[in-house]
Amino acid sequence: MQCSKTWIGLGALLMAALAAPAAMAQTVGFSQIGSESGWRAAETTLTRMQAEERGITLKFADAQQKQENQIKALRSFIAQDVDAILLAPVVATGWDSVLREAKEADIPVILLDRMVDAPEDLYLTAVGSDLVHEGRVAGQWLVETVGDKPCNIVELQGTTGSSPAIDRKAGFEQAIAGHENLKIIRSQTGDFTRAKGKEVMESFLKAENGGRNICALYAHNDDMAVGAIQAIKEAGLKPGQDILIVSIDAVPDIFLAMAAGEANATVELTPNMAGPAFDALEAYLKNGTVPPKFIQTESKLYTQNDDPAAVYEQKKNLGY
Amino acid sequence: MNARLLPLLATVAIFLAAYAICYAQFPAMLSTRVIGNLLTDNAFLGIVAVGMTFVILSGGIDLSVGAVIAFSGVFIAVVLRETNLPPPLVFLLLLAITTSFGAFMGAVIHYLEMPPFIVTLAGMFLARGAAYLLTLDSVPITHPVFSQIQDLYYLMPGGGRLTLIGGLMLAVVLGGMLLAHRTRFGTNVYALGGGVQAARLMGVPVGRTTIAIYALSGMLAGLSGIVFAIYTSAGYPLATVGVELDAIAAVVIGGTLLTGGSGYIFGTFIGVMIMGLIQTYIIFDGTLSSWWTKIVIGILLFSFIVLQKGLVWISSRERVRPAGAK
Repeated sequence: MQCSKTWIGLGALLMAALAAPAAMAQTVGFSQIGSESGWRAAETTLTRMQAEERGITLKFADAQQKQENQIKALRSFIAQDVDAILLAPVVATGWDSVLREAKEADIPVILLDRMVDAPEDLYLTAVGSDLVHEGRVAGQWLVETVGDKPCNIVELQGTTGSSPAIDRKAGFEQAIAGHENLKIIRSQTGDFTRAKGKEVMESFLKAENGGRNICALYAHNDDMAVGAIQAIKEAGLKPGQDILIVSIDAVPDIFLAMAAGEANATVELTPNMAGPAFDALEAYLKNGTVPPKFIQTESKLYTQNDDPAAVYEQKKNLGY
Repeated sequence: MNARLLPLLATVAIFLAAYAICYAQFPAMLSTRVIGNLLTDNAFLGIVAVGMTFVILSGGIDLSVGAVIAFSGVFIAVVLRETNLPPPLVFLLLLAITTSFGAFMGAVIHYLEMPPFIVTLAGMFLARGAAYLLTLDSVPITHPVFSQIQDLYYLMPGGGRLTLIGGLMLAVVLGGMLLAHRTRFGTNVYALGGGVQAARLMGVPVGRTTIAIYALSGMLAGLSGIVFAIYTSAGYPLATVGVELDAIAAVVIGGTLLTGGSGYIFGTFIGVMIMGLIQTYIIFDGTLSSWWTKIVIGILLFSFIVLQKGLVWISSRERVRPAGAK
């Protein structure tokens, strides 16, 4: 029984190998960090969907936040002789030797979402988002929306010292620089959480004449914005009208708020890192096109005009 | 047949059966590449599990080893970054620190008559805390000696690599087997596991042996830390969380009695290989959730606990019967 199955399997493999063009990737290994956040779960779901659409067999390994598990997974992928490896590294250091092994086995490695401290020739390319650019897109939206009117902005920062918090702040400040009518009057950390976002927003509202001095809120992520919306409602103001709200990430819940008119805009940190990665891989395997070392994903702006209810329907099943 | 051999035989049988199943499904699993990976990827766990076997054979437990491994990696990375000391000297310095740390815990356990669980738990917090004190980030090790060590491997036919750290683990297992089964110290460890009072009456130097056992475990944890630092060429204070529990699981799956007194170092090695094999299978399959590793190990642990209980029950009946016949 087992024997005949093996033969059928072998036959199928042989036929697949003969039929498919040699350039197409057949099997791709994906070493994911874990599923610590909704965004990461969505990234995993989208990677699976992208692989299925392109007829690629995806070997998925969840590292449970441990680098040693990721190295093991990479070595097993190499032993299986996969056609390519996608890696979302949990830390930046310590990848040289296993990446070198992959290179010696002629298996291209593509980094997703995070970078590594290793020589650039050890990986094909890295796909990721530019955090500064995200902040800039949010800032530009506000500049265009407010026009020449004076506007006092309050800012909810991410976790102090984290790179998204630093970069998203810097990008936003770059965008509003030179527009004297826009001023950040208060800026404090909300730790990327809903509860902290609400708490800090409450103190902002109290300090600024019940919120009547505030014209806009910029939150480094959607979760804090959702918390802040709650605080604004409890203070008797209308979020989205009395206080404009712009945030980053584009998680499903912010689209619900946008559909209800309580939030104005969000910048997407796309969980679809695999799409551009597979595109680059296919081009590389087909005719050796070497992609640039960093492929920047689109930081798309969503406003109330983009049918937020429909976007919510699309996003709600991705595992956020 | 010796009933003590039964758990070891069960372990080996499970390993061979599991490997056969893997091979039937993925013929590539029986390649020197996979075997080389099993040895290299589990080198740090294998080394620390040998130390853990001695501790458990003596009836104790050492919860500090995972944290000591992380501390070792961070210590090596930070010292190499801040000073010009040659790596071999740093390794020696580190081994001296972790060995004395283990000896200190052993002394506290013996002289203060504290349960090993509590003392080594304190040791775990101490070592992890010390690692955080040295750095909060992942510190890369750029010393050229490290990349040279990483490139030291014997290329087996079929493309597999027997790396230096994989070979080191095999050497530690062999050394451990000799130490456990061919020396006075080994006999003392088994005697201690049979009961402290009985061991004392038999003339076993209880204090000295206890201290030596935890010193050995500390030293092997330090060695494992060196291996882990070579493996990842970095020191990271958050690394190897829970490795002490993996090591304990490997020891028990390897057929060592958790209450002490009975077991084999070789069994622990097979236990480590079984755990590595499960992980490899799940990655080869590529569709299973990796949490199945934990579930399978949990099931294996339960089966071995039941097996052990059964053996204890049988051997106690055998002991009772001749006494009744007199």
